[in-house]
Amino acid sequence: MSEHKGWDRNQMAARAALELQDGWYVNLGIGIPTLVANYIPEGIEVTLQSENGMLGMGPFPFEGEEDADLINAGKQTITELPQTAFFDSATSFAMIRGGKIAMAILGAMEVDENGDLANWMIPGKLVKGMGGAMDLVAGVGRVVVVMDHTNKAGESKVLKACTLPLTGKAVVDRIISNLGVLDVVPGGLKIVETAPGVTEADLRAATEATIVA
Amino acid sequence: MGNKIYKTAAEALEGHLQDGMLIAAGGFGLCGIPELLIAAIRDAGTKELTVASNNAGVDGFGLGVLLETRQVKKMISSYVGENAEFMRQYLSGELELEFNPQGTLAERMRAGGAGIPGFYTKTGVGTVIAEGKEHHDFDGQTYILERGIVADLAIVKAWKADPSGNLVFRKTARNFNVPAATCGRVCIAEVEEIVPLGALDPDAIHLPGIYVTKIVQGPHEKRIEQRTTRKKEAV
Repeated sequence: MSEHKGWDRNQMAARAALELQDGWYVNLGIGIPTLVANYIPEGIEVTLQSENGMLGMGPFPFEGEEDADLINAGKQTITELPQTAFFDSATSFAMIRGGKIAMAILGAMEVDENGDLANWMIPGKLVKGMGGAMDLVAGVGRVVVVMDHTNKAGESKVLKACTLPLTGKAVVDRIISNLGVLDVVPGGLKIVETAPGVTEADLRAATEATIVA
Repeated sequence: MGNKIYKTAAEALEGHLQDGMLIAAGGFGLCGIPELLIAAIRDAGTKELTVASNNAGVDGFGLGVLLETRQVKKMISSYVGENAEFMRQYLSGELELEFNPQGTLAERMRAGGAGIPGFYTKTGVGTVIAEGKEHHDFDGQTYILERGIVADLAIVKAWKADPSGNLVFRKTARNFNVPAATCGRVCIAEVEEIVPLGALDPDAIHLPGIYVTKIVQGPHEKRIEQRTTRKKEAV
């Protein structure tokens, strides 16, 4: 398969942005999911939650206007918006655990046909911690993962069963990869669409998980 | 009311430190961390500490300074990625680490401070976090039992305090400071400014003074961990 087929990082983020619905409260993970904020469609208003204690996250500050007291969950300096609210970490995760956040868009190391997600730990390598990922996948209404379909060796990261320690069991609703979009359905994964230049055969070949229908 | 205001972090900590104690610390990354109290604990040399804190600071700042001096025996944290000395001690077995999901850690502190010894959560079900924990089904969903944390000492950082210990935080520097403060048998707060009684709006107190044993005033360095900016567009 050619390297040039499919979506790049920004195109994956733009595709993921189409998942947003007007009025939703959404949490975006670190990495490609953060880029989703750059592609929110015209006419759609979403409020971004940052789990360190903020609703209504604004863009990065202008140079010289950084505030040590105003950061996102990736510890980057950000800004507030007119609708911004601040709160403590227990309140933040109460709204996450309580199902008030409509959707989380997160990265993944592995995902499988049962909707299991692994994105926090590779045994034997440096372990940094799960942060808020386990709480998010257990609590929010809908979980969308954005990921490369295969690793650098070309092996599928969309598996029959995750091999890495899990972040959550049966938590993923939709997978957006560089090759296309798949939904977790009873019995396996269902192809929703393929990225430009990617055939259904390409997508199946890059996927270890069972594809139904 | 009794005096809660102390001149220095060292004076505020006097009589509250002992080897082997459990300390809950506020802050997220380097945002809203009790940097003066951490430095004073380093100077006091208290050892064998267990520290419940979302993060472990960075090399040379925040809780990183207590790791360098080997004063910490165990960390209870959700994310420890920015600290090379932490990793070295952890991988060599010198430092114990208990990973808690971030929301579980916050709720453990909140529950401990609220007199709730345990709570059920879906977070971590089916993962290594659930191993060895009691599972219970409610309404067809499986939950695990997590324990509340009661700390010997809570160290937190706020923006403003009044002499009664009422605290106001600023922007995202509130974070773990509120739940950490409530779970301490003793709580010491360092603040940027102590204002007179009556200067804080009673309707806008973030943490009532009942939770705060002692107060000490800054100055704070307030280091930025990841400085991200955008360019001003030419008009």
